[in-house]
Amino acid sequence: MKLIFEKSVEGRSCSILPPCDVPAAELPTALARDKAPDLPRLCENDISRHYTQLARRTRGVNGGFYPLGSCTMKYNPKVNEVAAALPGFTDVHPLQPAHTVQGCLEVLALAEQYLCEITGMDAMTFQPAAGAHGEYTGLLLIKAYHEHRGDAARTKIIVPDSAHGTNPASAAMAGFSVVNVPSAPNGCVDLEKLREAVGPDTAGLMLTNPNTVGLFDENILEITRIIHEAGGLNYYDGANLNAVMGVARPGDMGFDVVHLNLHKTFSTPHGGGGPGSGPVGCKELLRPFLPKESVAQGPDGYALEDQPCSVGRVKEFYGNFLVVVKALAYIITLGREGIPQAAKHAVLNANYMMECLKDLYDMAYDARCMHEFVMDLGRLKGETGVSAMDIAKGLLDNGIHPPTMYFPLIVHEALMVEPTETESKETIDEAVEVLRRLYSQAQEDPESLHQAPVTTVVRRLDEVGAARHPKLIFPQ
Amino acid sequence: MNIPSQLKYSKSHEWVEILADGSARVGLTDHAQDALGDLVFVNLPQAGDPVAAGEVLGDVESVKAVSDVYSPVSGTVAEINETLLDAPETINQDPYGAWFIRVENPEVPGDLLTAEEYEAFLATEG
Repeated sequence: MKLIFEKSVEGRSCSILPPCDVPAAELPTALARDKAPDLPRLCENDISRHYTQLARRTRGVNGGFYPLGSCTMKYNPKVNEVAAALPGFTDVHPLQPAHTVQGCLEVLALAEQYLCEITGMDAMTFQPAAGAHGEYTGLLLIKAYHEHRGDAARTKIIVPDSAHGTNPASAAMAGFSVVNVPSAPNGCVDLEKLREAVGPDTAGLMLTNPNTVGLFDENILEITRIIHEAGGLNYYDGANLNAVMGVARPGDMGFDVVHLNLHKTFSTPHGGGGPGSGPVGCKELLRPFLPKESVAQGPDGYALEDQPCSVGRVKEFYGNFLVVVKALAYIITLGREGIPQAAKHAVLNANYMMECLKDLYDMAYDARCMHEFVMDLGRLKGETGVSAMDIAKGLLDNGIHPPTMYFPLIVHEALMVEPTETESKETIDEAVEVLRRLYSQAQEDPESLHQAPVTTVVRRLDEVGAARHPKLIFPQ
Repeated sequence: MNIPSQLKYSKSHEWVEILADGSARVGLTDHAQDALGDLVFVNLPQAGDPVAAGEVLGDVESVKAVSDVYSPVSGTVAEINETLLDAPETINQDPYGAWFIRVENPEVPGDLLTAEEYEAFLATEG
């Protein structure tokens, strides 16, 4: 299919403007571009068809089951979109005086209040644009906290290998060195190894609970205590909050700072540009360091204020505001009863699906899982040559988006499955049947799975070529 | 799985070949390249850098993940295999030909595995 730039025809456009009824103004020449931007020129019909064609070639939650582990691809209710399209939220400018945008500020204040209640935190910023940006922001808070106390020796962040994949990168980005702690055979943090790793150089720990293999770490209170006693702070990666929202709170587990992925847990669209939203919540001790401009209730309504020791801006203005509107619509729709119900249903769906598969597929950890489970296809690959990648491609031929592959790294031929709470029993039963059929196909005709997918728009992509020689601009 | 008998192996899946001049070549085993999948980037140290047994000497990136490569011996890097930088796929195609570094005056730890021991170790690792 042609790129929109390749469909461009000089002189074509789709805007018919009325005659100008005010005097024309010229930009100062110093501010004007030397040449016009190279934008595609098409009429509205061609543009519409182009994006409809693209949409047909993509695969999203609207298209079918999407059990992408650790990504919480739940259904995004349309009512969220209705709320976010209200003109009071869209026809505003970020520099408008506060008294003219009280409704928008109330959204931020209300979302902060509800999300702090769900996480057990005291304050929250909505600036970070997505999860890893939230991690980075949270780490800046930890860094500012230690520096403010005059403790410059705390340069290390402890990251157990059951933590989320982006954690070590965020810690390095924030200027920390990373100490990796291997997990125990049960997939959870090895307490002895953790005790050996902490010391006067420990700035903090990053962890997600349930962890990245879908298990709730039952030693969580001991883990956070070990870090606190060493003088460090605990960072909760909210990637897996969907399993426990409204049921258990990171704040009660001993965490001091968390980020949430509104685009996962709170049902806003993601994947393919979202945009996301990665708010960071913290306990009172970190509030003075929050990024610039928090919403506060003053004598004349809501106002914006800066924290005294703020780390500065991490994004312009208030982050991806409309994503917060959608998340708030979701929280209000589900309410106090619905939020924990969604979490419990997510856990139920994952356990049901795991139980339906575990007589054929090896589970990496033979235990009750939380919202996701990890299958280990090492034995299948050894017996038949069919890898996790081949099964994933086979799923594509059956209209199912593959689970997360080859992650977590501690399981070699990993397929990580997160059905989410918004899938019906019928959908899960159908996926189970497909996976069971693929298992038999691997035994009987492994070559057919090496060839998969055969029904998709493109077959296997050249991943090596994409990694080594990515084409990032057009025209080349 | 190809495990040449004349080489020594580490439990982190590197091989060592002692050359006639006493220096040692180091690379990744066939098992390692198979587990990692198609390699797309390699980071190597520079000639003259010290390496220590059990410490990271560089890393490899596959379409799945980035993984550290550990030095099975201690010594000084005499030479690196620059052709790997532009053609990391040769590690997948010929793991025992695609050496990473050559170490001068290597100190070879006594606990490196023989081919038989490495094969047994792979069996226990599953």
